[in-house]
Amino acid sequence: MSTSTDFEYRPTTRTGRIANYVDTRVGGSSIVKEFGRKIFPDHWTFMFGEVALYSFVILLLSGTFLALWYDPTMTSMEYKGNYVPMQGVEMSGAYASTLNISFDIRGGLFLRQLHHWSALLFAMAVAVHMLRVFFTGAFRRPRELNWVVGCVLFILAIVAGFSGYSLPDDVLSGNGLRIADAIAKSVPVVGTYISMFMFGGEFPGHAIIGRLYIVHVLIIPALILMMIVIHLFMVVVHKHTQFAGPGRTENNVVGYPVGPVYAAKAGGFFFIVFGILAAIAGSTTINAIWNYGPYDPSPVQAGSQPDWYMGFSDGGLRLMPGSWPFSWEINLFGLAIPLAILLPLIPMAGMFGAMFAWPWIERWVTRDNRVHNILDRPRNAPFRTAVGAAGVTFYAVQMIAASGDLIATHFHVAVNDVIYWLRALYFVGPILAFIIARRFCLALQRKDREIVLHGRESGRIQALPHGEFVEVHEPLDEYRRYKLVDFQDHQVQPARANAKGKITAGEKVRGRLSHLFFEDRVSPVTPAELEAAHGHHEPEPVAVGAGSHASQIEK
Amino acid sequence: MKALSQKRRHPMAALALLVMALLLTGGLYAVATTTNEAKAETTTYSAQDIEEGQKLFQSNCSTCHGMKAQGTSSGPSLIGVGASSVDFQVGTGRMPMQMQGPQAQVKPKQFNEEQTDQLAAYVASLGAGPTVPDAKDVDIADGNSANGAKIFLANCAMCHNAAGQGGALTRGKYAPSLMGVSEKHIYEAMQTGPQNMPVFNDANITPDEKRDVITYLKTLDNNTTVGGFSLGSLGPVSEGLFIWTIGLVVVIGFTVWLTSRAA
Repeated sequence: MSTSTDFEYRPTTRTGRIANYVDTRVGGSSIVKEFGRKIFPDHWTFMFGEVALYSFVILLLSGTFLALWYDPTMTSMEYKGNYVPMQGVEMSGAYASTLNISFDIRGGLFLRQLHHWSALLFAMAVAVHMLRVFFTGAFRRPRELNWVVGCVLFILAIVAGFSGYSLPDDVLSGNGLRIADAIAKSVPVVGTYISMFMFGGEFPGHAIIGRLYIVHVLIIPALILMMIVIHLFMVVVHKHTQFAGPGRTENNVVGYPVGPVYAAKAGGFFFIVFGILAAIAGSTTINAIWNYGPYDPSPVQAGSQPDWYMGFSDGGLRLMPGSWPFSWEINLFGLAIPLAILLPLIPMAGMFGAMFAWPWIERWVTRDNRVHNILDRPRNAPFRTAVGAAGVTFYAVQMIAASGDLIATHFHVAVNDVIYWLRALYFVGPILAFIIARRFCLALQRKDREIVLHGRESGRIQALPHGEFVEVHEPLDEYRRYKLVDFQDHQVQPARANAKGKITAGEKVRGRLSHLFFEDRVSPVTPAELEAAHGHHEPEPVAVGAGSHASQIEK
Repeated sequence: MKALSQKRRHPMAALALLVMALLLTGGLYAVATTTNEAKAETTTYSAQDIEEGQKLFQSNCSTCHGMKAQGTSSGPSLIGVGASSVDFQVGTGRMPMQMQGPQAQVKPKQFNEEQTDQLAAYVASLGAGPTVPDAKDVDIADGNSANGAKIFLANCAMCHNAAGQGGALTRGKYAPSLMGVSEKHIYEAMQTGPQNMPVFNDANITPDEKRDVITYLKTLDNNTTVGGFSLGSLGPVSEGLFIWTIGLVVVIGFTVWLTSRAA
């Protein structure tokens, strides 16, 4: 725009000429100028999204290598490779080529393990990143839509993992596909049609591996990539959130610019993640498909579990009683509807739905529609932390249930008892987690108040001239105090009548939830309270406090 | 000789004598026990074995199995179970049982080879049953591990896990890990179906196929795992646990380190 003036930059060096040639044609410098000045605040919890991004890049790299050797065919053949216990065994081309990658191709097993470990890390980093965003309230306006994009990415990560896990066509992954088939069939009326459509006929058929292959290497990665672009674009538009601190407001971002410091750090961090994954992949077995054998629909081996990100679905099915207290199968006009598979999926779907909708649920209950760029410490939003703890517990109980048989063998208990306990926890656990997490938050908030008002207990006892003994409390320095007092205090918002003077049923529910969430609360310390508290502590020896104050700033 | 007698009051003489005495008794013991082992390999039992076995049985096993091994309310009849069953149950320490429970646990053996054979001889004398396998029945040099893998994955992996690591059964019962179990005991287990295990008789899995299964298990047992640490060969649960514990801690360690460094 400003280049339309008569001044034209004339580079003097060869490199400068090349750079200028490119820049005047693609306009790179304005992008660098804009993006390079983006500020990112430093906090270790902000880095899990990066971990997810980097593991995704590693997944693309290692996956490309695997795709060069993998053969997505279910045509039967005889294995003639290097792994002795499988020699001469009839198996699908997919399984044989995975064995070849593992035993015959140089570096193949390392890259298979790198790919699988990266998938586990990717899903974990996505999950941890989501937990960070949830518990710090980073999803609030203006970031609600980016939260939804993140939720979609989480589900895509699960689908990507599951489709890839099924490709080797071994017994373990075939069992997983069998469950997917059963879930499809459990949908009333259209279930069998969906299953036939997916598998190209009766399970397992000859089509599923080829189809999953396209889903795994083309459709899902393309969707994930697209979502990542949208996700990062929105991060740039919204700017990054930050924790409360001196000089930090809702209208600024305090941190380092992307160029050069943050870019160098982030680039280095990519290689750190790569290094961690390479170290794990080079030293630790993952998915030893040669143990499981080629897929055969009849056996289900002891200790068959899906990867961790699918564990919750397997666990939900394990918790569901088969025929207690009655047979969970409805016969409707000659249509058998097996509820034992359908029922445990419904609360899970509800949980995912609530996860997507949470920014709006919270806005509705709190009536808070303001822009939030300052993050909450989890303790300062006890209601949200409690809801999150309940959700995590609900998810975790089901994930743990998937490993019920291994818990039984490794802790020498009966597998039935493990399932009974987990069934109870499925219902009671989230409620207990809600109560306990909220009480913890409130207690921590009270502790914070105490520290702000009266300082830290130093453990030093002083005798005053008139004989009284007092413990010296060290006052907090201002920088630390910021963190403890700068938070938002939600109050109960009782149900209100609308314009017509009527309190709707929905409004009543909102009022009750508001009551549940904010009935017990701890307010942040006000300047007046702080003043009063300090006045109260006037006789305290100032010199001691000031000394420690100075030392804390030096740190 | 003179030199020796002159040194007899040397301060180290007592120590030297002691060492010699220990070597002698140890050597004699080693010879004696190997003779016992050599004898144990024969599957024909003498009348004396049966008699000794009966005595051992009556003093150690009859509380549950009855004075004539006819069985009681707390233990099954052993008539017709065969020497192989006794060799497995007593030889792995499962019998005599430590306590009643969902199933007999492996524990340190209570009887030596000779006594185990005598017990086996007595029980075998009560009725025809499977005999203890010969050394050539379980010689894995002749086995085919590929065929063994096929049979194992089709018949055994449902309870014992694909890599023979064991698995849970209902109500506190379990299929034990097969790692480190001797060839003979694996063979006997298939032959006799101990605890909750079904019997795989010779019509079901032929002796050659049993040897193949053992060969496969020994391949799993003896070969170092190709992919590095096996994490117990338990599949996705231990892998998930690994990434959520060690993986997560390492990643968090680096994030904390990176963000603690001001630029």
